[in-house]
Amino acid sequence: MLIDVHAHFLHDRTPRADWRERNASRLRAGERVGITIHLASILGSWGLTSPIYFPSPDDCRHGNDYLLQLQREHPERIRGYVAVNPNYTDHALGEIRRCLDGGMIGVKLAASRRADDPLLDPICGLAAERGVPVLQHIWQHRRRDYPGQEASDALELGRLAARHRSVPFILAHIGGGGDWLQSLPAIRGLPNVMVDLSGSGVDGGMLETCLEAVGAERLLWGCDLTIETGWAKLRYLERILSSADLERVRWRNAARIFPSGAFPSD
Amino acid sequence: MRTDVNAFLGSYPFRRVPGTSPAALLAAMDRTGIGQAWVSHLPGIFWRDPAAGNAWLVEAAGLHPRLRPVLAVHPEVTGWERVVQSAVDGRAPAIRCDPTYYGIGASGPSMRALTSACGGAGILLMLAVRLEDGRQRHPNDHAAELPAAAVRALVRADPAVHILVTHADRPFIEEVHFGSTPDEARRIWWDISWIWGPPEDHLETLFRTVGPARFVFGTGQPLRIPENAVAKLDLLDLASADRAAVEGGNAAAAVGDPAGKG
Repeated sequence: MLIDVHAHFLHDRTPRADWRERNASRLRAGERVGITIHLASILGSWGLTSPIYFPSPDDCRHGNDYLLQLQREHPERIRGYVAVNPNYTDHALGEIRRCLDGGMIGVKLAASRRADDPLLDPICGLAAERGVPVLQHIWQHRRRDYPGQEASDALELGRLAARHRSVPFILAHIGGGGDWLQSLPAIRGLPNVMVDLSGSGVDGGMLETCLEAVGAERLLWGCDLTIETGWAKLRYLERILSSADLERVRWRNAARIFPSGAFPSD
Repeated sequence: MRTDVNAFLGSYPFRRVPGTSPAALLAAMDRTGIGQAWVSHLPGIFWRDPAAGNAWLVEAAGLHPRLRPVLAVHPEVTGWERVVQSAVDGRAPAIRCDPTYYGIGASGPSMRALTSACGGAGILLMLAVRLEDGRQRHPNDHAAELPAAAVRALVRADPAVHILVTHADRPFIEEVHFGSTPDEARRIWWDISWIWGPPEDHLETLFRTVGPARFVFGTGQPLRIPENAVAKLDLLDLASADRAAVEGGNAAAAVGDPAGKG
């Protein structure tokens, strides 16, 4: 089994005229790589009617609805994170309850609010209550504010994770840009923070450093926007990991932190 | 034979990178089915005279027939013409210049002079758009990325020059390719190391719009793991002849060795 813990899909209310082709391409490439489950989120309208990282409540709802529909259409291939904007607390909590009841299995927090902000506490409290992980978008070593997002780094996620020890947090896309060398030591002592290997970055030495920092039991395989980089990392790991550790990274770690029965052979 | 046109030997100044020795590079090549690599001297890119690393590079690569040294040249260091000639005499597959790292104009008079010299000597000029993702570079690593306008200007500067551009992404390639005449575009090759695969399908799109004849296999190793370049080709439904061309035939043609004998 192979679980991509960081996937995305598009829908009809996004700026992309080729949204169907991109969704189909992800599934087609996934077949070739052998991805069993695409664990995905949709960030509102992807910028069409509200910013990607500051999605309006209506856009969150529409994106989540579309993902629920995809999950129903591809029950053997797709699972969903409910994406919310923590600035709208009541809406976010209601949306999490609605989408988890509808079959989603995790919460996606992008960059609408800094990860250590108290506004994230009720969301994490609900995640604890429902027993689901939180995938947090991360800018590895954020040195300043970047336009279009209130990005967080590992230090900020670490502060949130320390406040919610029973919630599994996923530090997003260690290869997704930024200084990953800063992120890994920051979460080394936080066992409830997992590292997602996705992102376009395929830096030499990155995978070894991930293993040294948190061990194979805290790594999750993923792709994000580039399936070839995910496949490359998987091929590399096949050379350096024991078969037991490789199984952990491929799917067992994900099966451990997501709700029981979330995946086909779980 | 799979030829990696974009490989490095030697240490990187901004972080520890494993596998920078010739032996480690050869092991990575074996792991990923790469028969031959064009190797550049990584630390020299950051030296005031990058050609000072050429002697070591030639010696190190000379011990391994599968490694072909790409000499470096700084066109504002006196004697640069001799470096070009030594690359020609040594049958180097290309000569590289990294103007933004040297702090010189990417398409200024000295670069145009180098371009003409390469065109006249019949040696391929290699230019890198970047070495690392701009979001992760060291705070003191301020060199600009190579502008697409510079490649357009340089290919127009000499009608005989042939240019290999590494680490370019889809928008960069499209800007240069469709901003050039067909003759100019035929004198530019692109390595695939920085081009995205599915679901965005940038490489597939470029093969359809620009054509596979303009692309060569490159990895950027050991700064990047070489498995990535192989994986993106494995995700394409590419005719075997086109794949063979991208993996080696086009590089051989770029250096006037269409039989690919190296």
